[in-house]
Amino acid sequence: MALNPGCVGTTYPPARPYPVEAETIRRFAEAVGDPAPVYTDLRAAKDLGHPAVPAPPTFPFVVAMRAMDEVFSYEDIGFDPTYLIHGEQRFEYTRPVRAGDRLVTTVGITGAKRLRGKDVLSLRADVADEDGEPVVALHMTFVSLSAVEGGGSA
Amino acid sequence: MTDAERIEVGTELPVRKVTVTRGGLVRYAGASEDFNPVHWNPRVAREAGLPEVIAHGMLTMAIAARTVTDWTGDPGAVVEYRTRFSRPVFVPDTAEGASVEVRGRIAARIDEDHIRVDLVVAAGGTRVLSEARAIVRLTG
Repeated sequence: MALNPGCVGTTYPPARPYPVEAETIRRFAEAVGDPAPVYTDLRAAKDLGHPAVPAPPTFPFVVAMRAMDEVFSYEDIGFDPTYLIHGEQRFEYTRPVRAGDRLVTTVGITGAKRLRGKDVLSLRADVADEDGEPVVALHMTFVSLSAVEGGGSA
Repeated sequence: MTDAERIEVGTELPVRKVTVTRGGLVRYAGASEDFNPVHWNPRVAREAGLPEVIAHGMLTMAIAARTVTDWTGDPGAVVEYRTRFSRPVFVPDTAEGASVEVRGRIAARIDEDHIRVDLVVAAGGTRVLSEARAIVRLTG
């Protein structure tokens, strides 16, 4: 499988909606070691002006990753995600993701190149609520180690 | 964050040290649904050219984010957050695992309502994130 630079500029159909549950947020906050009450206690969230418990700042990646898994199945990209490592990540928040959201993510390819023998893919994921209002935009670069001849250091 | 002293450029945020173990990686894999085997399977890590299982970059980025959100008190105050993953965090199969150290500093006043917090994140004395920074809104 070879990375296809022709996919740059392509925007893929929106991923199926991601329903965000309070329990998913609780489990995520626990896994990243953040005990802040705002992630688990509706009253603490409301005291800060949130209508529902917000998710930690990096949670939108989970939503985007589900959408990217759908996109990587499009064969025109030619990107092998087996040994994927993360190169860069940027979040631009309009508001935090919240419990009760049903998020729709649209992924576009912003870059595809070979760098020192490795496939490097850059993507943008726009996460919106069900009404199409923007929630967060993610900009990401991934490196596929599986393209490395005989292995190599990351 | 109404206390002007707290938003003075150059202010250092409390240093945090976080232990990351293999069990923690499994927990993060489950919570994030990121089951990439380089984060839990030493054989696959070696096949990928890595000497050891590595932490999810997004787990390291999340650990670093807490330095910012602990300070703001409200995750909704973070309007931008970015990093480059410059070096992997190797997580040996020991009780001690890996130790990640996070330092934060109020680096710049962007405008009346926004500041930039720069983060220095290291594991085993090596910086693992570069250009890790958050833009924080100061007013509701």
